[in-house]
Amino acid sequence: MQHLQPAALGRRKALARAGGYGLAAIIGVLAARDAAATPDAAKEWLAALAKGAPRQGMVTLQAPEIAENGNAVPVTVSVESEMTATSYVKALHVAADGNPNPGVASFSFTPLAGKAEVQLRVRIARTQKLVAVAEMSDGSVYMASREVKVTIGGCGG
Amino acid sequence: MSDDIKPRIRVQAKAKKDEVIEVKTLITHPMESGQRKDADGKLVPRLIVSGFAATYNDKPVISATLEPAIAANPYMSFFLRVEESGTLKMTWTDDQKQSWTAENKIEVG
Repeated sequence: MQHLQPAALGRRKALARAGGYGLAAIIGVLAARDAAATPDAAKEWLAALAKGAPRQGMVTLQAPEIAENGNAVPVTVSVESEMTATSYVKALHVAADGNPNPGVASFSFTPLAGKAEVQLRVRIARTQKLVAVAEMSDGSVYMASREVKVTIGGCGG
Repeated sequence: MSDDIKPRIRVQAKAKKDEVIEVKTLITHPMESGQRKDADGKLVPRLIVSGFAATYNDKPVISATLEPAIAANPYMSFFLRVEESGTLKMTWTDDQKQSWTAENKIEVG
């Protein structure tokens, strides 16, 4: 029995230490969460630009499912709409819900663009969702989103 | 640093009337996001190309506001309906209001 005690103490100490590390890790994760945009922040950023409740459809957001390097992820956003003087895509906004800032880019078009499609290269800090919102000339708003998994983040530390 | 900043454009020089053509653009720029730290652990201040606009024969085609989430050397492609021969003019503006322009002539034939 006596020679068991040091072992028990050792285990207790080890457990306490493990608990400490666990707590530190949780605090670390929480701090990282605070520094990054949340899906709500992305929604707010988009809502401030495009008034009205977005409907699904019209917008296509193309991005790789898994991006090995988050420093430059190719993203294509297109809107299936004619571009005539009376009916066209007025604006297109792109947000990322897990970057330090939710905004990515915001475009405005005229019918002279002929086609509402843009291609970009985006920095993606970690696995997150990209959201695109299109504003039409008649005031309707459409959205699309897509998750991109990232192996190496793109917000250089 | 700003001497290295140069826009590069790829677009066809000839188009049919009312053809919708793709314009590919790239400007060499570090796009300092304001999140990165230098070797001393100090934050490198944000300096990005935040504005872009393209016009054809002085009529607006597309304009954009870019955020730090745009990768270094921002690449952008967009489309243009060519109704007549003319000049496509593109302007990039950075946070310090410095700007760069590029012009491409497109002929309808």
